[in-house]
Formats: sequence, structure tokens, C-alpha cells
Amino acid sequence: MTIENPIFVTSDQIFVLLRHWALSFLPAAWQTIAGVLLSVAAIVCIFPALFALTTVFERKGLGRIQNRLGPNRVGPFGLLQPIADGIKSLTKEDIVPLSADAAVHFLAPVVLVVAVFMGFAVLPMGRNMALVDMDAGLLFYFAMGTSTELAVFMAGWSSRNKYSLLGAMRAVAQMISYEVVLLLSSVTVVMMAGSLSLTKIVEAQNHYSFGFPHWYIFTPWGCAGFVMYAIAATAETNRSPFDLPEGESELVAGYHTEYSGFKFALFFLGEYLAMFSISGLGTTLFLGGWSAPFLFLTWVPSWFWFFSKLMLSIFVFIWLRGTLPRLRQDQLMNFAWKFVLPMCLLNLFVAGIWRFLGDGWLRWMVCSAILIVAYAGMGWGEMRRGKIGPRSYRYAE
Amino acid sequence: MSFVFYMLAALSVTGALAAVLLKNTVHCALALTVAFAGLALLFLDLDAQFAGFAQILVYIGAVAILVVFAILLTKGSETPKDGVFSRTWLVGLVIAAGVFAVLGWAVIGSIRVLPQEKAVPTVTVLQIGNALVGRYVLPLEIVAVLLTAAMVGAVIVAMHEKEGEK
Amino acid sequence: MTPLASYLLVAALLFAIGLAGALTRRNAILVLIGIELMLNAANLNLIAFWRYGPHPELLTGMMFAIFSIAVAAAEAAVGLGLVIQIHRHAKTTDLDAMNRMKG
Repeated sequence: MTIENPIFVTSDQIFVLLRHWALSFLPAAWQTIAGVLLSVAAIVCIFPALFALTTVFERKGLGRIQNRLGPNRVGPFGLLQPIADGIKSLTKEDIVPLSADAAVHFLAPVVLVVAVFMGFAVLPMGRNMALVDMDAGLLFYFAMGTSTELAVFMAGWSSRNKYSLLGAMRAVAQMISYEVVLLLSSVTVVMMAGSLSLTKIVEAQNHYSFGFPHWYIFTPWGCAGFVMYAIAATAETNRSPFDLPEGESELVAGYHTEYSGFKFALFFLGEYLAMFSISGLGTTLFLGGWSAPFLFLTWVPSWFWFFSKLMLSIFVFIWLRGTLPRLRQDQLMNFAWKFVLPMCLLNLFVAGIWRFLGDGWLRWMVCSAILIVAYAGMGWGEMRRGKIGPRSYRYAE
Repeated sequence: MSFVFYMLAALSVTGALAAVLLKNTVHCALALTVAFAGLALLFLDLDAQFAGFAQILVYIGAVAILVVFAILLTKGSETPKDGVFSRTWLVGLVIAAGVFAVLGWAVIGSIRVLPQEKAVPTVTVLQIGNALVGRYVLPLEIVAVLLTAAMVGAVIVAMHEKEGEK
Repeated sequence: MTPLASYLLVAALLFAIGLAGALTRRNAILVLIGIELMLNAANLNLIAFWRYGPHPELLTGMMFAIFSIAVAAAEAAVGLGLVIQIHRHAKTTDLDAMNRMKG
């Protein structure tokens, strides 16, 4: 049962083969454009479908964490809830405030969704399954990510509403700060893989020794990098515990207060797609992308591994949302600039040491020791200054 | 010239015109973003992928947001009562037209000696990286110092004065 | 018209528009917007000459443009910081009102 067995190669490459077959009906001049359109259509169909599944997954998951059932009326176990939600969003009245800036108000959700969809173009969803294999793929992804910040600002400002504007400013400030962390933790991976191209980064992780994969999360710098990337990803997508800009108990709904009906559904879609996209990037950079966890499991198709890791990351996002309380704005900005960013820079340094110490147990000890001592030292320093206290419990009497 | 080039040039020029002509300052900033995007696409048309993506990342993702924050912090969204153009707008327009005339005359006058269509240069990020730490390491370090100085300077310039020193 | 000439003309047009904006608008921030447009036009010139020049493998034009982008971002940050501080002092960003050295 080696991976060269034709059945497994076919199941692994099934989408690529389907695409070739569909394109073979067209004349040669049309094939590039039709191929691109077909892949784009596939992405535009799959990820919103996954979004629909995730909304019910999230509501039921949050419900179970909070000791209640989630939606369970519509369809078996509430699985048809997204259809009901979709019909509701599409048929609600689209209210635009009288003094709102109509053009910008209309364009904000459009810009958000377009920028988020563009990020999917470089993710390698399986062997040979990246839509575009760019030499500077990671840079393209981050360029699209920063475009979403402007859409958030446009939404908040055009509503002419104090809550919206405040939510938008907070959201943009938070996204800019954590963008730096996101970039720096990805730079470590680029340094070790030697390329900005996401397909090459996955291929660099696709080796096995003693049955264990060479994913970057299994190295000291990769583990620290992944934790920081996960924190930054939660903050970039405005998810709990970093969801002050859109928390219902704080700011009504933040920058999308004045949106209703289909435009709100677009914002919702944009937020979840951003979550998928950033989880996809996280799995590509740290979790090995489409590579299987053990050598004896390489017969399972590569796209199955990519999507499983993606859904696992989404599950962790949902879990964090149900468990951790919200961080205050100044707390989360302090955290980003004064704790996570120095750890990121230290991580870069540690990755360099890892490279130059050569193979063996020495580099594991040295790198882990540096990271653990730095983390413990900074945490102890913060506790000494009273910024972080021990956990306190208050029980309902 | 290709249709793509004309479309992108029209997009950039329209964005630039809107950025200097519109009354609402925030609309000007958003039009500037459109102009930046058009320019980034022009860079991609010229096979400079790294420069194009860096343009989007830096200009749209940072400079445009900086401009918008500055507009909001200085109450720029209120239109001034005397209009948005300065008293001496005609002189400025004449000077700008003059500059364009000179530049255009220089370009059109030298069409015969300008290089013709060439093969696409293949630029990999690896080559850019090698160039940055090889031939251009001094400018790289100077830009690093410059960015640090600019960051510290901007924070100091825009900081609130301490209450005790008033 | 050669492709290089068309790119140079577009860059010249953008430069002139940026210059007009910097010279005719009242708000200090719009002057900075004009300056950013001028810098972008110069970048376009650099990349166009790199692409159609004699030695594109030397990457000179591309490097120059990348450094120019970095420097322009730094200059925008400092300039906008100055505008914010001036607004705090003079309560306005109208350049026509700020025509005296007296504080």
C-alpha cells in the first residue's frame, strides 16, 4: 500500500484529474481561462458551504460548552439551520441610515468579501491543488489580508454612528498590531523553508523520520511560532477573546451595527471566510499543509488532511470563544506590543540558532531552554509588576 | 498597447483625480487607495510582482490607514466654510500643468531612442533577497535606521505633552 | 507609441495631478496625499525603466522602488504626526490660516 499505488494516486489527485477532463472538451485557446474560472468557481462554492456548516457547528459547540443545546429544531440535530438563516438574511429589509454615506456604506462589505476570497488563491489544498503557485505567495496573502482593514474602517465610518466608528477604530488598531505579530511568526517559517511560495513550504515539511512528520510545529521555534500565530489569527479575525470591537455587550455590534439583511450576511460570511483562510495559512505554515501525520497514513488523499486540519483549527477557535473572557482594548494592545512581539523577535533568533547548531539533541535543548526561560521570565516580570494576577474564582452563592 | 494597460492607467488616473478634487476628505483618502491599487496592478503588469505586493501591503495596508486615522483625529471630515481650494489655486494649477507639459515633451521627444519591447525578466524572491543582503546591504541597513528614527520621531512629535510641564 | 513611453506618460500625469493637489488644497492632509501620489508616480517611472532598460537582471530599478516605498511610508508617518500636533496647537488644519510664524 505505497503511495504510488494507482488507486491512491487517483483519489489523491481526483480534483485535478476532473479539472483536466472538464477542460479537454474545450479548444486549446480557451483552456487557461476556463481552467481558472473552474477553480475559482470551486473555491466560491466550497468555502461558503463550509461556512454554512461551521455556523451550525459553532452554535451547537458553544451551546454545549455553555451547558445548553444549540439549535435543534430545523432538520436533524439542527443541521439545516443555515438554510433558515440564509432565507432570513436575504428577505430582511435593507435599512441604510439617512445620514450614512451611501456609496461607501454599500462598498464596505463588498471590499471585505473580495479581499478575503483573494486570500484563498494561494493556499495549497492538496498535492498540486493550489489555484496559483506564486513565487511570492505568502506576500500576496498578507497583502490581501491588510486590505480587509480598510473595509472594516469604511464600514464603521460610513454608518455615521458613534458605536460603529469606535468599533471600527478599535478593530483597525487591533488588526494592525496583530498583523505585525502574524508577519513575524510567518517569517520564521520562511527563513527555515527558504521560500515564500506556500507549495514549497508544504513540500519542505513533507518528510518523515521514525514515522513522525517534519512539521514545523514539532520544533521548539515552530511550536512557539504556532502559538503566537494562533493568538494573532484570533485577533486578526476579531474572534473572542479579542472581539471587543464587535462584542454584543460592549458596542451593540461594532462596525456592522447599521447593516441589516444581505449586507450583514456578507460581513458574517467575510468574518468566517477570513477565519478559514487564516487557519488554512496556519496549517500550511506550521501543521504541514496537506501532508499526512504518519508515514503509514500517506495513502489517505492529501486534500482530506488539509481540510481536517482546517476544521480542527476552527474547532479550536470555537472552543476559545466559549471558554475565555474578553480582553479589554488596552490589555490586548499591551499584550501585542509588549509581550508577543518581543517573543516573536526572540523566536526568529532561536530559529537561526536551530539552523546553525546542526542536527542532534543539542539544538533541541538550547532552543527549548531559551524560549521557556524567556517566556517564564517575562511572565514573572509582569506578575511582579502586578499586571497579571493569579486566577481568582467567584462562585455563585 | 494592450487593453489591460489602458484600463489600469484609467483607474489610477481617475483615482488620483478624485483624490485631489473631492470635497469630503475621507472620500479623497479612499480614492487615493483606489489609485494605489491601480498602481499596484500596473506594477504587476510590468512583471514586478514583489514591488506590486509590497505596494499593496505598505501603501494600502499602512499609509492609507494612517491618512484615514489622521483625518479622523483632526476632524477633517467637516468641510471648511471657505471651500476646499486655497486662494491661490490657479497658480498651483498652472505650475502643475507646466510640469506635465515639460515631462510630456521630454518623453515624446525621445520616443525614438527609448528601448523597445523586451523579453520578460524572471525575478525570483531569492534574487531580490540575495541582492538585498549582497549588493544593497548598506541601503538596507540605512533604511532600517531611518524607519526606527521615523517611528521614534513620529511618536515623540504626536505625543501628548505631560501635564506637569505646562 | 512604445510601451515604455506610455508608462512614462502615465507617471508624468500622476505626478502632475499630485503636484496640483499639493499646491491647491487647503487641508494639510490633502497636501500629504498629493505628495504620496508624486512618490508613487516616481516609483512607476523606476519600475518601467527597470523593465524596459538594458540590464533588468541587476534589479536596480526594483530595489530603488522598494526602498522608495519604505522611505515614503516613514515620511507619511512623520508628516501625519506633525499635522496632528499642529491641529492640537492651532485647532485647525487649514493651511491658508497658518500663514504666520507667530504661535
